[in-house]
This record gives sequence, C-alpha cells and structure tokens, in this order.
Amino acid sequence: MRIGLVCPYTWEVPGGVREHVSGLAEALMEMGHEVSVIAPADDDAELPPYVVPAGRAVPVPYNGSVARLAFGFLSASRVRRWLKDGDFDVLHVHEPAAPSLSLLACWVADGPIVATMHAAMPRSRALHAAQPILASALEKISGRIAVAEAARNTLVEHLGGDAVLIPNGINVAKFEKAEPLPGFPGTGGTLGFLGRLDEPRKGLDILLAAFVILAAERPGLRLLIAGRGDADEVLEQVPAAYRDRVVLLGQVSDADRVRMLHSVDVFCAPNTGGESFGYVLVEAMASGAPIVASDIDAFHQVLRGGEAGELFETGNPAALAAAASRLLDDPARRAELAGNAAAAVREFDWSVVARDVVRVYQAVAPAVGRVAVAL
Amino acid sequence: MTSLIVIVVLAVIGVYISWRAGRLDRLHARVEAARFALDAALVRRSSVALELAASGLLDPATSVLLAGAAHDARSAQEARELPESDLTRALRAVFSQPDFRALLAGREGAEELLSELESAAHQVFLARKFYNDAVAATQAARQRWLVSMLRLAGRAPNPEFFEIDDSLAPVSETGGLTADLPHLTT
Repeated sequence: MRIGLVCPYTWEVPGGVREHVSGLAEALMEMGHEVSVIAPADDDAELPPYVVPAGRAVPVPYNGSVARLAFGFLSASRVRRWLKDGDFDVLHVHEPAAPSLSLLACWVADGPIVATMHAAMPRSRALHAAQPILASALEKISGRIAVAEAARNTLVEHLGGDAVLIPNGINVAKFEKAEPLPGFPGTGGTLGFLGRLDEPRKGLDILLAAFVILAAERPGLRLLIAGRGDADEVLEQVPAAYRDRVVLLGQVSDADRVRMLHSVDVFCAPNTGGESFGYVLVEAMASGAPIVASDIDAFHQVLRGGEAGELFETGNPAALAAAASRLLDDPARRAELAGNAAAAVREFDWSVVARDVVRVYQAVAPAVGRVAVAL
Repeated sequence: MTSLIVIVVLAVIGVYISWRAGRLDRLHARVEAARFALDAALVRRSSVALELAASGLLDPATSVLLAGAAHDARSAQEARELPESDLTRALRAVFSQPDFRALLAGREGAEELLSELESAAHQVFLARKFYNDAVAATQAARQRWLVSMLRLAGRAPNPEFFEIDDSLAPVSETGGLTADLPHLTT
C-alpha cells in the first residue's frame, strides 16, 4: 500500500507522538509498504528520507503549555501538495484534534482516512468550544485508533464516535542485547528503578522503604535508579549506613537506559496508579529483566496476571520486599519470568502492532477508494 | 480671641482632610471605572476572537487554536493574566503568518472581522494602560502619611496592577523595541 502518515508535532524535538510515528513508519516499510511522513520541520532540517518537512513549527500556547505546531493556509497548501504527490491508498493522521497538520490534512483530503488518538485531554471545556470547528474535519475519518483507554475516553466523551484500541509499539530488538553498566549486576544482588524521582505515583518511596528492609539482612544488595529529579531528596530517605549502596544515574540516554535494564537482577515498578499502559514495564520485559510490579490494572494486563512478572500489593513496601527477596534467592524463577516476559512482549513489538494497524487500513481502504485532494 | 483662632485652625484642618479624603475617593472611583472598562475590553477581544474562529474564514487548525485560547481567556475567574497573555500570543502567532491579510483579502466578511479584532485588541492595550495608571496614582496616594495615618482609604481594597502581554507587534520584527501601539499587520 501507499501510506501517508501525518505527525502534528515538530520532528526536531523528541516526543511520544513523534516516536510512535517513526516506529510505525519503519515497521510498515519493513513489511513492504511505501510510506511518506509529513511533519513540521525546517526545510533544511536533517530528516530521515521518508519524512517531508511542512515548514517551521510555531511555538504557541496550547492545552496548558507551549507546543510547536504548524497551522495556517500556507501549511495547508504544503499538505495539499504532499497529498497530490503521494497519491496514497490511505491517509493516517495522528492526534487529529490538535490544531496542526493532522487537522489540516483531514480538512484538505478526501477518501480513506485513519486517525490515531494519543493523549487524554482533560481540559474538555476548551475542546468543547472548538467542537463545531473540529466536527466537519473529523467527520471524514473512517477508522479511529486509540493507543490507550484514556485516549479513547477523550474521544468518546468530547468528540463523539468510538475507536479500536491498538497500543503503542516498541522496537524489541533495540532492547534485547546490551552490555551491563560497569560493575553491575554484581554478586550481592541489584534492584532497579526507572522513572521520575519526584513524582509520587511512580512510587519510588515505596521501593526505598522496601530496600531499607532488605538492606539490613543483605549486605551486598544495591539499588540502581535512573530518572530525572533531586538525588539528595532520595538519599535522605535512606539511613546513612546504606546510602553508598544506592546508585543514582540521573536522566540517562536511550542507550544507557537499555544498559541499565540489563544491569539489574530484579526490576521494580512500584507505581501507585495513573499509568495508562506501562511503557517502562514493556521496556524492562524486552530487556529480559525479571520484574516485580504493583498490582495496578495496567501492569496486571501487561504482565498477563503475574505470568510475565511478579505482582505485589500496590503501595505495600513489605510486600515488595518479600517478593523481591524471593526472586533474589531463586535464579531459576528469575530466568523463568524473564523467558515468559520475552515471549509476552512480542505482542508489543512494532512488527505485530503495525500488522494490526494495517488491518485497520484494509478495513477502510477498499470501501472509499484512494486519497484525493478535496479543497 | 485664642479660642476663635483654634476654631478657625481646626476648621481649616477639617476642610483639608475632607478634601484629601474626597480626592482619594475619586481615585478609587477612577480605578473602579478603569477596571470595568478593562474587563469589557477583554471580554470583547475574546468574543471577537471566538467569532473569527467560528467564521469559517480560517483553516481549521488556526480556528481550533484561536477558539481554545479565547475560551480559556473568557472563562478564567481568578488569575486572569496568564490566559489573557496566552490569547495575545495565540493572536500574534495567527496574525504574523506570512501573507495572512493577503490570503484572506476578498473573502466575505473577512475585512470587517479582522479590523474589529484589531480594534478590540487595541482597546485592551489602552484600557490596561489607563487602569494601571489609575492604580499607580491610587497606590501612591494611599502611601502618603496623612492618608495612611488617618486611614482615609477606609475599607477600600488596595488596587493591584494588571500585567499581561498585550503587544501584537511581532517581537522579532521590531528588533526588541516594543511599539507604543499594538498593530496586527506590519
């Protein structure tokens, strides 16, 4: 198929939607489809060969922060030209309610249009004010995808219509092999944590309390932490005697993130809620790390009810300590969990996720012909 | 004789104090009137911005951007400065698109709506200037020793400045200088 993908946010700044679009584009090309992506970017920006720049994105206040978006008649005419040159079988727009290229593409195109909703938008009143404007463009979308339940609810509540749920993909191969960080995991055992240090719902304080319980009886046990936040505040929660066994890496690069996941004996996800999907967990599974995670809905689902990782009572440090302790003493069980996780994570690999997306394309494409320029 | 002098002096002091109190009262009334005018100007600006967003003259992305910003500004209760500044920034981004006027020229109703928005934005600029001017004068008057010692301001609340970004001149093109009056087209 000839597929046109529209990314509403600038290609030059990394972000969730951009990662999604590039992952999907590469997986689709791997499957033998022809793919072109249009995204806001400077004309002289360094881009992958499949990305067409739509011109510089303008920073504007949107949804409570400043976003870099492309709007206006000139952006619309760039999209129109791209559509004409591309002669696509299907047009796939991302985040079509954002005031940027995706919405413009819906406006100027006719034919089979698929849309993926990414974010949950709690600021519904502003969305409501724009609803009549959005309606005429969004009506043209014939297949809707949501990456998570929260994004789907936004759609149902504020824009009308329903969507099929297809989760975000990850590139499993990028996580499978990596050199552990120097000196890790070591012989005394290493627990790992990945995420913002200062966000209570990530649950780092629960893990720290569990570590203190375990550190007393396991003199070699270490805790490896990667994520943005104040390191001193974290160390204050640990008795002085154990502080040199807590290693804080700060914010790490993508490559070091993978190495970190390969450096631990047990990966801990003590989140207390608010996760719609559990990306961290999927990455740890792809890296082959044995997992202990809180029993919240999203994690329960990703870990197949405990088959691909141990679940512990959410918010209970003693339960986390007990589960981690069992795993530290049982290498066979760790290997079993890692093996189950590696098998379970295949379903989140882009090659599998992209196949589901193509099924959506096939469901809408023959019914309405090719993509044409309407305006 | 002495008592007459005392009476005259007291009477003069009394008249002076009541004159000062009357001046302060007038300043408070001026602040109130200026605030009323400022609120009206802000409401008008967001209404016209919403009208432009809903007019179908613009592309839908620009419309959604404008509608969201105008809606946030209009529905803000406390802390209005931020959403009003955001509306200014959204308007600036919209109006500083290359050839914005030229692309809309000749469309039915475009010219009227754009000049109405331009004048509404100009009104915000003026109303805010006059309001802050009245606030400055009132705050200075309230700090005089006689006024503060005798509590001539009574229970009238101390007025506060209203600080927003309301310049619609594209920042880069003025070379960092703020134009005295906002203008939408360069």
